[in-house]
Amino acid sequence: MKGTLAVFKKESYSIFASPIFYASSFIFFVVAGYFFYSDTLYFSILSFQATKNPVLSERLNLTAMVVTPFFGDLSTVLLLMLPLITMRLYSEERKSGTIELLFTYPLSDVETLLGKYMATIVVLIIMLIGTVPYMVILEMFASLDWGVVVSGYIGVFLLGAGFIALGIFTSSLTENQIVAAVLSFGALLIFWALVWAKSYLGPVGGRAVELISIVTHLEPFTRGLVNTKHIVYYAVFVFFWLFMTIRFLKMRYWRG
Amino acid sequence: MIVAESLTKYYGFKLAIEDVSFEIKRGEIVGLLGPNGAGKTTILRILTCFMPPSEGGASIFGLDTRTHSLEVREKIGFLPENVPLYHDLRVQVFLRFAGEAKGLRGDKLQKEVLRVLGECGLAEHRNRLIKHLSKGLRQRVGLAQALLADPPILILDEPTAGLDPAQIVEIRQLIKSHRGERTVLLSTHILPEVSQLCERVIILNKGRVVAEDTPESLTARIQRGMRTLIRVRAPEDELRNKLLSLKRITSVMPSGARGQFIVESIGDESIRPLIARTIVESGWDLMEMSGKDLSLEEVFMHLVTKEEGGQQEGSGQ
Repeated sequence: MKGTLAVFKKESYSIFASPIFYASSFIFFVVAGYFFYSDTLYFSILSFQATKNPVLSERLNLTAMVVTPFFGDLSTVLLLMLPLITMRLYSEERKSGTIELLFTYPLSDVETLLGKYMATIVVLIIMLIGTVPYMVILEMFASLDWGVVVSGYIGVFLLGAGFIALGIFTSSLTENQIVAAVLSFGALLIFWALVWAKSYLGPVGGRAVELISIVTHLEPFTRGLVNTKHIVYYAVFVFFWLFMTIRFLKMRYWRG
Repeated sequence: MIVAESLTKYYGFKLAIEDVSFEIKRGEIVGLLGPNGAGKTTILRILTCFMPPSEGGASIFGLDTRTHSLEVREKIGFLPENVPLYHDLRVQVFLRFAGEAKGLRGDKLQKEVLRVLGECGLAEHRNRLIKHLSKGLRQRVGLAQALLADPPILILDEPTAGLDPAQIVEIRQLIKSHRGERTVLLSTHILPEVSQLCERVIILNKGRVVAEDTPESLTARIQRGMRTLIRVRAPEDELRNKLLSLKRITSVMPSGARGQFIVESIGDESIRPLIARTIVESGWDLMEMSGKDLSLEEVFMHLVTKEEGGQQEGSGQ
């Protein structure tokens, strides 16, 4: 796996040298910051009203009203931003022809893929770490349930890892970065919105879309519940799309 | 060392190369010559394990390119066509990545990077972004990455394409400097490149090998006899008749400038004094006389047009 480290370093260098990373991160922090601000503002208005309403004050819960919705918001922003980071991973190599270098160095396809995947995971981690100060600010003014915060971050991280795996797959399909990003965004949106059809599909169909939909598995994490079955879902999701990427890359061996 | 056996490759339904076989021995510099679309890049991509053949097989050091892909790739330094590079990396960062990808680590990696930087004249450019380099320097970076980890085989796809004359000379010098040390297979459609660099040439046309030999043997094979260039002040028809009356002379053809002719003859160069005597004794001025073998361009055109003529005859039948 020494090759993975080589690709990881090269890919990290390329990502951090790319304006796409800085533009995406900037927008991510601005939008995430706005969501945090609006969630907190809403809670503070309710808190102010609760000083005159004892019933309301008993029902006020910082975790449920700020932290949980914030992780939901974060996942939406990642849905929009991560395809922009993943779109270039293979598309650019194909477009510029460097894929010929990459595939003629003594590196296996798996090593190359894992190097690229891990470099993008680091980007995700940086983005998530960048939102931790929001929680610290919250802790300065109220008592925060850090268990929920940690489980929320685990959930959003797993969700983002899934987004990246699917994004890498779409990037391997085309040499056009825009097409790769659109395919990635579209596919993620389908996995996201699948659960909306739950009520029309009957008990079996409803249960099926609930199992497949990527967002239903995030919700327990945002409430502080870390359940193995949801971790397994994301692990399978990541493995499946990375596996598909390898299969697609191997297609050059039998195509023609 | 490099063996290609009946290589055939289809892209979809399109046949790119057909039944290509050749062998390259250790230390040879061999040119793969052919017009654009002849299948040169396809052959190189198969040998470098970028893709497999549809039929046939290739091996390097006895290792099959399909079943021992990683081992084969360890032994090859490859410069793809158009020199694809990571433009947002600095020269040294890119070479470090290429070295690591080839399995170099620590001090050995550092030494190798410094060696190829020096060898390719890139030391002063090592901290520049690749996208800011001239085309010639990029070509050098491409060669430098191919030379990393000291591979016994260099495979270069059109190494001088798109360079200016000075840069072409530099890159050719660089390739020549590896003569004897490494086995080099280079593809090109520039004929002088083959004459200057290669000990042996494989000529391709429409995906098939049409000839394989040293440039000299190919020339001798097609030329069949002796060619002499003369520059004479004489009436053209009279000169032609006079020379053709000599036994061993088979043709006298005007060549380029006025008064310049190519005389084709059978046998050795003892015909040349006879030509000179005949001209002088006829009262004409002999301004210049020299041997004029077929150029590789002429050999190439002869082979390619012969092949195409043969194919047309075949299809006509």
